[in-house]
Amino acid sequence: MTIASDEPQVASIAAPSVLPGKRRRTSRLTRNRWGYAYVAPFFVLFACFSLYPFLYTAWISLHDVDLGDVDGAQWVGLANYSDLLSNEFFWNAARNTLTIGVLSTVPQLAMALGLAHLLNYSLRGRTFFRVAMLLPYATSIAAATLVFGQLFGRDYGLINAGLEAVGFDRVDWEGGSWSSQLAISVIVIWRWTGYNALIYLAAMQAIPEDLYEAAALDGASKWKQFLHVTVPGLRPTILFTIVVSTIGAVQLFGEPLLFSGNGTTNGGSSNQYQTLGLLMYDQGWTNFHLGQAAATAWAMFLIILVVVGGWALLARCRARAER
Amino acid sequence: MTVTAPPPVDDAGPDSRPAPVPPRPRRRHRVGRVTKAGPLTYVLLVLAALVSVFPLYWTAVAGSHTNAEIAATPPPFLPDADLFTNIGRAMDEAPIALALVNTVVVAGCITVGTVLCCTLAGFAFAKLRFRGNKVLLGLVIGTMMVPTQLAIIPLFLLIAELEWVNQLQAVVLPTLVTAFGVFFMRQYLSSALPDELLEAGRMDGASTTRIFWSIVVPVARPAMAVLAMLTFLTAWNDFFWPLIALTSDNPTVQVALAGLGGGYVPDRAVIMAGTLIGTLPILVVFTVLGRHIVGGIMQGAVKG
Repeated sequence: MTIASDEPQVASIAAPSVLPGKRRRTSRLTRNRWGYAYVAPFFVLFACFSLYPFLYTAWISLHDVDLGDVDGAQWVGLANYSDLLSNEFFWNAARNTLTIGVLSTVPQLAMALGLAHLLNYSLRGRTFFRVAMLLPYATSIAAATLVFGQLFGRDYGLINAGLEAVGFDRVDWEGGSWSSQLAISVIVIWRWTGYNALIYLAAMQAIPEDLYEAAALDGASKWKQFLHVTVPGLRPTILFTIVVSTIGAVQLFGEPLLFSGNGTTNGGSSNQYQTLGLLMYDQGWTNFHLGQAAATAWAMFLIILVVVGGWALLARCRARAER
Repeated sequence: MTVTAPPPVDDAGPDSRPAPVPPRPRRRHRVGRVTKAGPLTYVLLVLAALVSVFPLYWTAVAGSHTNAEIAATPPPFLPDADLFTNIGRAMDEAPIALALVNTVVVAGCITVGTVLCCTLAGFAFAKLRFRGNKVLLGLVIGTMMVPTQLAIIPLFLLIAELEWVNQLQAVVLPTLVTAFGVFFMRQYLSSALPDELLEAGRMDGASTTRIFWSIVVPVARPAMAVLAMLTFLTAWNDFFWPLIALTSDNPTVQVALAGLGGGYVPDRAVIMAGTLIGTLPILVVFTVLGRHIVGGIMQGAVKG
């Protein structure tokens, strides 16, 4: 586990059912206690910097703790959590996180699917296109947000200049509720579409050729082939990208923090794009209420568990229904 | 002892899968489905590439003009001569040179540590049978779902206690382990490293340590390279924890950029010049190694 929340490359859990475990043989040569020594460095670091913090966060969430006076922590039971449930900022942030999450994930994955389909043709300059699609992924959240913050600027931004040039009104991207959430979603979409397209592309290339031949023999058009061969073949991968995007969306932090350009943690003058991640930072590092911040962090984790569990359940029901 | 050449990881081609995967018919010249791309495909792909590249290009354009020039209608679309003036001013506002050095140090340490830890653990999970390895592996994978926010507060208290605030090791140490890396190395090694090879080594009387360095590491090298690139990129771009652990006196690039963007007198040209100088190094590295990073991401996706 890591601190890098922007950890995108968890790509590998795509299709867990095909782990190469079948050929296992319990050889006396590989069965040994050295295993513990080899996993020890990972787990020692993991225990220090992940496990201990998780548990400590749980402890803090049950106390009234000020950032400046941790020793003076007061046991308050579940009060931080019940405060959270009656805190309008929490619900506002939860709503914003949800809308930005949907606005950024749905178009992102749909476009990634389309891009992967295009990249799957036999192409000249194949490598160039793949690297170009991945360039936004190599750009940091901070850099991307600063650039898009300028592009979305109300008075001098390029996007408003473009809108005006084709006869639309200027939009106060930062000031509005929907517009600011849309703009932040655009940043997320820009950074992640190419990455997801490559993951879909890799999965597309693993779909057996015969399926397409059979479909073509049955007279299925290209579109029907895409719908009835490609998409079902990609289902585990699509589920995987949805799960990863969900985890990322719940934690969204850097984009809303830097979007306004004034470095405040309130997420806009009327908190119109304050996400849960930003609220947690606001509670802990602007207002020094560590207990509340810890409760928010645990709430975020629970949300991730529930949503990801929901996706997994949905996928399982679907798979069962088709069998 | 001899070691068979590991399969290539870094070729982005569709055929580049580790050897032990059951052979499939070659897919490059498929009949029927993989048709040649038509003009429309190229148009759409070029458009997508433009969208990908344009914000970065515009960073260079805006960073090389004066503030007034960017605000003109129509806005400029070609770079201009003020780049170095703007970079100079950005460096006055934020210690970008220091940030670049710091980031290279931090990302370098994280990369070396992560690749080493993850190769060790990945090998153990792939090839060594020990009690509880399934449970421990499940634990590793489970941690991918835990949000960063959950660890931040105690980590901050910890580094405050150790008086590490504003010190680079505060950023390096907690970032040294990634569940992804362990999983990635495990997946690679369980298919790329034949059991026979380990047994042969054992027959020769090699210790497990010896086997690790002389058999496992050579086989794992391609995957280690991919993991190193991905880790370096992630570490360079990491934002949340460095923002908390460091201040603008001793920042990484991302922390410096956050300070620059949150300044009181936002001069857009200066911000863009600073963004450019903080982003260019990693983009150059990425452009040089991009092919391999693409291959690594696709590899990870298929193999999972």
